[in-house]
Amino acid sequence: MNEQITGIILIFLSAILLAYPLGKYFAGVFSGTGISSIMLPLEGLIYKISGIDPAKEMDWKSFLKAMLTINMLWFIYAFFMLIFQGYLPFNPDGNAGQSPDLAFNTAISFLVNCDLQHYSGESGVTYLTQIFVLCFLQFVSAATGIAALVAVFKALKEKTTSTLGNFWVLFTRAITRILLPISIITAILLAYNGTPSGFEGKDTITTLQGDSVSVSRGPVAAMVAIKHLGTNGGGWFGTNSAHPFENPNYFTAAIELIAQMIIPIAMIFALGFYLGKRKLSMVIFGVMTTGLLLLLIPTIVSELNGNPAIEKLGIAQPSGAMEGKEVRFGSGLSAYWSIVTTIISTGSVNSMHDSSMPLSGLMQLLGMMVNAFYGGCGVGILNYFIYIIIAVFISGLMVGRTPEFMGHKVEAREIKIVALVTLLSSILIKGFTAYAAFLVTHDPDNGWVVPPSLWLNNPGAHGFTEILYEFTSANANNGSGFEGLGDNNFFWNITTGISLLLGRFLPIIAPVAIAGLLAKKKYIPESPGTLRVDSVTFGAMTFGIILIINALSFFPALALGPLTEYFSLDLK
Amino acid sequence: MKRNLFISLRLTLVMLVLLAVIYPLIIAAAGYFTSNKGNGKQVIVNGKVVGYELIGQRFTDDKYFQGRPSAVDYHADGSAGSNKGPSNPDYLKTVSERIDSFIVHNKTIERKDIPAELVTASGSGLDPHISPSSAFVQVPRIASVRNLSEEKLKQLIQAHTEHGLLSPEKINVLQLNIALDDLK
Repeated sequence: MNEQITGIILIFLSAILLAYPLGKYFAGVFSGTGISSIMLPLEGLIYKISGIDPAKEMDWKSFLKAMLTINMLWFIYAFFMLIFQGYLPFNPDGNAGQSPDLAFNTAISFLVNCDLQHYSGESGVTYLTQIFVLCFLQFVSAATGIAALVAVFKALKEKTTSTLGNFWVLFTRAITRILLPISIITAILLAYNGTPSGFEGKDTITTLQGDSVSVSRGPVAAMVAIKHLGTNGGGWFGTNSAHPFENPNYFTAAIELIAQMIIPIAMIFALGFYLGKRKLSMVIFGVMTTGLLLLLIPTIVSELNGNPAIEKLGIAQPSGAMEGKEVRFGSGLSAYWSIVTTIISTGSVNSMHDSSMPLSGLMQLLGMMVNAFYGGCGVGILNYFIYIIIAVFISGLMVGRTPEFMGHKVEAREIKIVALVTLLSSILIKGFTAYAAFLVTHDPDNGWVVPPSLWLNNPGAHGFTEILYEFTSANANNGSGFEGLGDNNFFWNITTGISLLLGRFLPIIAPVAIAGLLAKKKYIPESPGTLRVDSVTFGAMTFGIILIINALSFFPALALGPLTEYFSLDLK
Repeated sequence: MKRNLFISLRLTLVMLVLLAVIYPLIIAAAGYFTSNKGNGKQVIVNGKVVGYELIGQRFTDDKYFQGRPSAVDYHADGSAGSNKGPSNPDYLKTVSERIDSFIVHNKTIERKDIPAELVTASGSGLDPHISPSSAFVQVPRIASVRNLSEEKLKQLIQAHTEHGLLSPEKINVLQLNIALDDLK
């Protein structure tokens, strides 16, 4: 039991130790200085072929236009590839094309860095689409998030500016200097620990006991590396990083955990180095880490203690709650993973969240609802930025001054955008959950391909949580699921597809727009009356805002799901 | 708009070459030097492939150590967990039946000595491992079926227990059973 806790602490500390120098390196990447400039010749070639003028600066509108245009193109490309994959080459297992609604969902889901997977990797995609569509989108969606964040950094750095940098350049650099090099290292480490990297298809073997079994394989290592590094989460196989090929041992679990944490944490440090405001980055890091611990500790305790209902059956639970978990990781590391993957919008899993204890499910949901404790690649800080603006606004009202953030007045237009984004996630999650729950209870035999009565894998409060989890995960662009949910059908593919799109692009557009608007305003020099955003007090204020907004938005829904299950399980 | 579209098209093509062709080829080339040329480590007995080291397999025969229950019956081309919630009455009934069945096959074992992992399904449905306590609890059954001394089996289990620095102790069930077949 003790070494389980020690392992978790060591993995967490290693991630921070690696993230700190990486943050310094990132700051160099964004300002175009430092060692990473060795990539210039390669980037020069990319700009030349693509017709990009790297010296051209963009204002926030043209920045967003460039970003949205290429994203739209990727969506169309991915959608048609997935539909026609059955006719295309590089399909050793002979898998069929996806139905249009599934292809719609899959394409959007990978485009928006979510990777909700309503198919199983073994049968729902081909080697061609795994590599040329899904793995490709894992790189470019992460790079899109990073580029958007750097635009906001740039706006905050300048006193008054109308330009935020060049989207194409920031995007390309995120690939060539950050994602690709670290992915190569990670993938090779995985390959040498047992993750397949070759291109051979299914193998059929006769087992020791004499059964005939087909074993799915493929170039898994390449995808698992970027799936974590880019906080994507979509795995090669159906069971993601619980599958022994995707995650062969404790060491690879540590690598995959560190890989998903380093970029989001390094971004916080990069902010400090890039803006010259290290104290601000430390305060943000402190708030986020506090959030992590508050969600993590109850989860670890409840998983290590095991399932009270199984305890009543009179057997021993020496290793905790083991349903849906793997022996090589144990319940402690699985609990840690489930929180890391939900606070950072990765959504890869090494245990089945549907079988987690109710309290763990609650914490996983909260991690995704807040979506800013470290958060996804680039977008984590963008989400946190929204909370900061609200905190600035409310603090301003409390002391009776016009709210300011880093020398720029925050006015009605910015606050309107922020309010819209904050309300949106609450409306999307609860609206869709209510609608799905209504269909399950009041229209169970609706003659769709899969009638609502067959959607849920568990009855009662837990079944409700399956619905709530799916929409929360879609809106947070997380991608993990209570996978018992029968979600590969028209209703779920379309509703979550809509949640995914809105949940991704509005929270990116809003901070970039706000940063662009703020940066254009006159710079107000600091005075004794200025609200200091890099103080611990302001950090606590932001934490309070996060707590209040999410509690007000989601407590009733959480009470119906995981909380009800928790009390019924303990009191039974 | 038009200009953005042209850049998008060309940049996408370049990135496809870099990320979907060059990158996986680098990894495959590096992985070529791992076991089975990067296509998964196989377990070979008498020149015949009997499994993959990392992929658990079904053992139902009383003469073998059994692994964990699997939601997909160890079909390695469609991994899945049970996704049953901890309070689901049907699920608890299944677990209860597994306990009863275990006791039928292991008559000398008491309920309180059965580790939960032997009656709960793994995450992948392909878990290749069990913990030492799950192996020890099966010793009396195997000893009587195979006519071996319990002491010998316990030694075998100890020899096959993998101790990691931080990872939970574990035993590869396939390897253990291969060694068991060799035991005379």
